[in-house]
Amino acid sequence: MEPSPHTAQSNPPVAATTSNLTEKDLIRRSASTVPPPARQLEPVAKLIDVSKCIGCKACQSACIEWNDTQPAIETNVGVYENPHDLTPEMFTLMRFNEWDNPQTGNLEWLIRKDGCMHCADPGCLKACPAPGAIVQYSNGIVDFVHENCIGCGYCIKGCPFNIPRISKVDHTAYKCTLCSDRVAVGQGPACAKACPTHSISFGTKEDMKALADSRIKDLKSRGYENAGLYDPPGVGGTHVMYVLHHNDQPEIYSGLPKNPRISPVVNAWKGMTKYLGFAAMGLAAAAGVLHSTLVGPNRVTREDEDEAEKLVKESV
Amino acid sequence: MTNSWTDIRNTDLVVIMGGNAAEAHPCGFKWVTEAKANRGARLIVIDPRFTRSASVSDFYAPIRQGTDIAFLLGLINYCMQNDKVQWPYVKSFTNATYVVKDGFAYQDGLFTGYDESKRDYDRSTWEYDIGPDGFAVVDETLQNPRCVWNMLKSHVASYTPEMVERICGTPREKFLKVAQMISECSVPTKTMTSMYALGWTQHSKGSQNIRAMAMLQLILGNIGVRGGGMNALRGHSNIQGLTDVGLMSNLLPGYLNIPVEKETDFTTYMSSRTFKPLRPDQTSYWQNYKKFFVSFQKAMWGSAATAENDFAYQYLPKLDVPAYDVLRIFEMMYRGQVNGYVCQGFNPLLAFPNRKKITESLSKLKWLVTIDPLDTETSRFWENHGEYNDVNSATIQTEVIQLPSTCFAEDNGSLTNSGRWLQWHWAGGTPPGEAKRDNWIMAQIFRRLRALYEKEGGPFPDPILNLTWNYQNPDEPTADELAKEINGYAVETLYDPADPTKVLLEKGKQVVNFSVLRDDGTTASGCWIYSGCYNEAGNNMARRDNTDPDDTGAYLNWTFAWPLNRRILYNRASADLQGNPWDPSRKLIAWDGSKWSGYDVPDIAPTAKPDVVGPFIMNQEGTARLFARGLMRDGPFPVHYEPFEAPIANVIAPKIRGNPVARIFQDDVAQFATSEEFPYAATSYRLTEHFHYWTKHNRVNAVLQPEFFVEISEQLAAEKGITPGSWVRVWSKRGEVKAKAVVTKRIKPLMCDGKKVHVVGIPLHWGFMGQARKGWGPNSLTPFVGDANIETPEYKAFLVNIESTTPPATV
Amino acid sequence: MNMELSRRGFLKAAGVGVAGTTLGAFGFADLEAAQAAAIRPFKLTNTMETRNTCPYCSVACGIIMYSKGDLRKGEMAEIIHIEGDADHPTNRGTLCPKGAALKDFVKADTRLKYPMVRKPGSDRFERVSWDQALDRIARLMKDDRDANFIATNKAGVPVNRWTTVGFLAASATTNETAYLTYKVVRSTGIVAFDNQARV
Repeated sequence: MEPSPHTAQSNPPVAATTSNLTEKDLIRRSASTVPPPARQLEPVAKLIDVSKCIGCKACQSACIEWNDTQPAIETNVGVYENPHDLTPEMFTLMRFNEWDNPQTGNLEWLIRKDGCMHCADPGCLKACPAPGAIVQYSNGIVDFVHENCIGCGYCIKGCPFNIPRISKVDHTAYKCTLCSDRVAVGQGPACAKACPTHSISFGTKEDMKALADSRIKDLKSRGYENAGLYDPPGVGGTHVMYVLHHNDQPEIYSGLPKNPRISPVVNAWKGMTKYLGFAAMGLAAAAGVLHSTLVGPNRVTREDEDEAEKLVKESV
Repeated sequence: MTNSWTDIRNTDLVVIMGGNAAEAHPCGFKWVTEAKANRGARLIVIDPRFTRSASVSDFYAPIRQGTDIAFLLGLINYCMQNDKVQWPYVKSFTNATYVVKDGFAYQDGLFTGYDESKRDYDRSTWEYDIGPDGFAVVDETLQNPRCVWNMLKSHVASYTPEMVERICGTPREKFLKVAQMISECSVPTKTMTSMYALGWTQHSKGSQNIRAMAMLQLILGNIGVRGGGMNALRGHSNIQGLTDVGLMSNLLPGYLNIPVEKETDFTTYMSSRTFKPLRPDQTSYWQNYKKFFVSFQKAMWGSAATAENDFAYQYLPKLDVPAYDVLRIFEMMYRGQVNGYVCQGFNPLLAFPNRKKITESLSKLKWLVTIDPLDTETSRFWENHGEYNDVNSATIQTEVIQLPSTCFAEDNGSLTNSGRWLQWHWAGGTPPGEAKRDNWIMAQIFRRLRALYEKEGGPFPDPILNLTWNYQNPDEPTADELAKEINGYAVETLYDPADPTKVLLEKGKQVVNFSVLRDDGTTASGCWIYSGCYNEAGNNMARRDNTDPDDTGAYLNWTFAWPLNRRILYNRASADLQGNPWDPSRKLIAWDGSKWSGYDVPDIAPTAKPDVVGPFIMNQEGTARLFARGLMRDGPFPVHYEPFEAPIANVIAPKIRGNPVARIFQDDVAQFATSEEFPYAATSYRLTEHFHYWTKHNRVNAVLQPEFFVEISEQLAAEKGITPGSWVRVWSKRGEVKAKAVVTKRIKPLMCDGKKVHVVGIPLHWGFMGQARKGWGPNSLTPFVGDANIETPEYKAFLVNIESTTPPATV
Repeated sequence: MNMELSRRGFLKAAGVGVAGTTLGAFGFADLEAAQAAAIRPFKLTNTMETRNTCPYCSVACGIIMYSKGDLRKGEMAEIIHIEGDADHPTNRGTLCPKGAALKDFVKADTRLKYPMVRKPGSDRFERVSWDQALDRIARLMKDDRDANFIATNKAGVPVNRWTTVGFLAASATTNETAYLTYKVVRSTGIVAFDNQARV
C-alpha cells in the first residue's frame, strides 16, 4: 500500500530536552569568523510543494502562535494576502496569483508560501555588519540574533528574496527562524507540522529532494511538463525549497526570482575586505556602542552605504 | 459520510461539487491530496467559483449555483446512454428492476398528484407494483417499460449536454470531459468519491441535489466500497452528533420520530412503523424500531415508563405540523406567537436568513437566554452598532440573560465527526471567570424548573417530575454518566429467550450494543445507534490505538464509530453476489462460505448469504433506491427547479418558480425578487481563514482575513466601475450590506439560456462583535425559504444588485 | 573550541580599529552556551499535555493542549499552546488556520466570564449572580409553560406541546451535553427544538 503521509512530525517533548543546536554548530557568523565546527549536522530542508498548497494560511497561523508574534489586524485591500506583506510580526505569507495559462487557456491560482529561504550562501549574513547578528548552523538554518542586531537594514539589501523586516518596536530585523527552537529539540517547524495537505514537509535536505522527485513525477503525469524543484544555485541552494508546476517560470509565483543571487556589492564584502571596510568606516564599533546605549534605529545612512561601496570598489 | 475521512485515501476520483473541502475542511482534504500523490487519483471541482479546492484540481468546470440537479441528471443520462453502468451492482443492489405502480407519471416538471393550492403532492401512486405475494414486482430483464431503470432513463433523457450547458452555463465540452472522467468509474476496479457540504444542502431542493449524486454513485457501483461513497462534510464539530442524538424538532435520538397528532396512541404510532420487507428474505432492520423506541423511553422516564402506560408514550409532545423548524419558529416569533427563546451556542442573528426579519422577531420576544463561551451578536441584538446593527435599544422590550459557558478546552466528552467517529476529549484548562460547563447549566435550569413544579404544580408536570435524574451529583451530571446512559443498560436481568434459566446480562450492567435491546421495557438506551460506545468494556470512545492493518484507513481500534464500530456504511455492497470483493485490491469484507469478515465490521448479519440478503439492510427492499417511492416530498426522482430567486426562468418547466412544494410563508413571497430588479446571481460561502462567526473573536484569524468583502468578476467590475479594494453596496429585496470588493478571475460570467449571468460571491464571517473589523453576513440579503424536505434555508442562490459606495460610518 | 583562539581569529580578520570592549555588546562572550544564543528556550518544557479535539469543523482533528498547571491535580491550568496531535489518524498532527489558532479562542478577549442581564429597553448588560440568572430563567419558563402548554388538541387527544418557547441547541457541544439537553428540553414539551444541522 501507499506510504503514510509525509508528516515528518511527532509530538513535541514536554520533558527538558538537550538542545542539538549549539554555538559549536555555527558555520557562519556575521561580521566575524567562527572556528570550524566539530561536527557536521545533517543538512535540513523545508520542502514547499506549491502544487499541493491550498492557500489556507495554516502556516501563517501556526507561525504566529508558535513564535508569539502580534501582527496587526489590517483591512481588505482587494486581495487575499493578509497581512499585506511580510512584517516583523509575520514571518511567512501566502502570496496569491491568478494566472491564465496561455497554453491550456485555463486559470491557475498559484499560491506560494513566502518567507526566508535559508540560503546556503546567505546574502543577509554576508551583508550584515554587526558581529554575530546573523548566524548559520551546519544544518543550514540561518538565524537572527536580536541582541546583536543594530537594525541597519543591510540584511534586507543582501537578501535576494526581500525577506527580513525591521521592527519599529525594538529596531532589529526579523524573519523566519525555521523554528530553530523546535529543530533544536528534534521537531519540525510549526508551519510544516500544521500544513493540512502536507504541502510543507520537513526533513533532511536529501530526503526532501527525493520527495520532490516523486512529486515532480506525479505532476508530469498530469501534464505539467516543466514541473521541477526550485533550489537555486545562485545562492548555493536553499534550505527552503519549492516544487513548482512551472519551474521554468518561477516569477509567475508572485515574483519568485528566476535566478536569485547575492548582490555583487555584498559578495565583494566577503571575508577580509568586509572587515577592512568596516574598520575603515568605524561603523561596526560605533554601531555596537550605539545599539547598547540608545533606543532607536541604527539605520545605515545613504552616505554610509555610498562610502562602503566606494571602499569595496577600491579594495577589490 | 458513508465512509470516513481516512478512507478517501483509497479513491481514484474525487468529485467536489456542492462543497469546497480544501477551504472548509482542510485537514480532511489532506486525504484527497494523499490519494492524488500516492495513487494517482484525480480531482474534479464543479463550482460557480474557482475555489481553493479548484486550485489543486485536475479539472475544473464552472456551474451556475442552484442548477446542480440538471448537471447530475445530465451525468446519469450520459452514463445510461453510453452504457457506463456497473450492471451487476445496479441489477442486484438497487431497485432498478422494480416495477412502478400504474398511475405514476411525470410531466412538465411535476409528478402525479400535485395540488397547487396546498403546494404538496398526493404521493399515493409513487410506489411499486405490489404482487399477490405482498412483495414488490420486479423485472430482472429490465424489459418492462415501467421498471425503475426505464422510468429513470426516460426521466433523464432531456438532460443532454446541450441542455446542461443551457441551464448550468457549463460549456458543453467541459461537461463532457467531466462526464467522461466520472463514467470511467463504472468499472468495478475504479472508484469515485463524492464530497459535498452546504453547497448542496442550502437550496430549496437541497435534499434532491444529494439524491441525484447518490443515484449516480449507485449506477457506478460506488456505494459501500473503499474510496467511494456519499460523503457529507458536516459543518460543526458535533453537528453529526446533535443530529444523531435527535436535537431537532421532529426527532427522537437515533432517527426515531416524534409522534404527530394523528398518532393518537402507541399502537397507532407503531402501525406505520412495522417495516415489513418488500422483497423476500430481506433484513429491513427498522423492524426493530419498537425495541429502540421503548429503550429510549425507559432511559428518559425509567420506572414511570411501563407497559401499562405504553412506556410513557403520551409524555412525548405530538406535532401538528411536520416540524417547528427554525424558519417556522422565527415566522411565529415575527407574528408574536413566541415568548421565550434559548440559544445554546447558536448565533441566529447571523445564522438565519433575512436578518431584518430575525431582528424584528427577536425584538418581539419577552425573554431570550443565550448560553455561549463568546459574546455573540444574538445576545446583543438589542445594542446599537451604527450601520452594523441599527436598532433602537429603548424600543426593544426583550429581557436578555447571557450565560457564560465553558469551551471545548475546559470540558470532557465526545464529539461525532463527519465519518461517525465518536471521539472522547479531555478538559485541560481552567474556565475563565465564572464560566460554567453546559451540563451544569442545563442541570441547574432543570432542577430549578422541577422544584417549581414540585412546589407549585402546573399543567402535566409528569414528564418533568419523572425524568430520570439518578446522577451522583444531580447538580452536574458527568460526561461519563451520560455516555453510559446513552449506551444503555439492563433495566432488569436479561435472560436468553431460548433458555430462560440462562442469564445474558445482570440488571444494571451496560448493554454490549443495540443488538440486545428489547421492546418489553427490560432495557434502556438513550440513543440506540450509539449503543456500544460505553459498555462493560469501558469507554470505547476514548480508545487511542491507531494501528491500521494493511493501511486500509479503517482504524477499527481508534475511538468508536456508529453503528457497531462500523467504518464504511453498506460495506456488504463492496462484494459481489458470491461475496467476493468487486475489486480485490480494495477488499473490505468477504464471504468465506459461512460468514462475512474482513477489515471492517460487516454491515450485514454475519451469516447472511450473499446471494440472498441485500446489502441495504435499513431499506425494506434490501436494495438502494434509484426511485425513492413516496419518501421525498418533492418527487421520487430529482427534477431541475430554479432557485426561488433565479436569473433565468426554468427551462424544463417555465411556469414553475422554485421548488413547487417548498413551504413559503405568505409575507415572504412579496420579498422574492425577479432578475429585472436584481440582476446578479449571488451565493454565500465560508473562507478557510474563519469558522462561521466564532473566529472573528480570535486575534490570529482576524489577522488572516480581517474584513468583510464580496467577490466579483473582472467583467462585472468593469461594467459597474468597481475597482479592487473599493467599497461596494450589495442589496437584495430584503436588505443591504457594504463590503470591500475583491475583483477576481476566479469568478467568470456564465451564459445561461442565452443570457449572461454574473455571479456575486458573499462570504459569511463578519458581524459586529469580536476582533475582526465590523461587517455583515450574507443573511442580511438571503430569502426566507427552505428545502422542501428539511427546511434548510436557500443561502446558496439568490439575487442581488451591486454598486460602488462610500465606506460605512465608523462606530 | 578555544575562546581565545576564536577571538584572536576574529580580531585578526577584523583587523585594526574595532575596540575589544565592544565585543561584549555583540554577545560574543556567550559563545560557549549550551544552546546557541539565537535560539529561544523551548517553550513547552515542563507543561502538561491534554488530548482534545478541535471544536470547529467535522473533521475533528486531534489536538494537544499544553498548559501550565495540571487540572487533574486540582490545580489552575492555563493553556499556553495548542497544536495538532501527530498520533491522530485523521489529521496526523496537522491543523488548519482555525485549529492552529485555537488558543486564541480559548483566550479571546470576548470570552464571557459572568452571567449578565439586559433589562427591557436598556442599552446595557448588568452583571448578576448565577443564582439570580438561573432562578429567573426557571421562573420565566415555568410561567410561560403554565400559561401556554397545550395538553390536548380539540379532539381531546393528548398532545403535550409547548410552542411558545423554543430552544436552539449547540452543535459544538458534546454528545453527552446534547443528550442531557435533549432530556431537559423534551421533558417540558418544547417542540421548537433545533440545532445547526437545520441550517
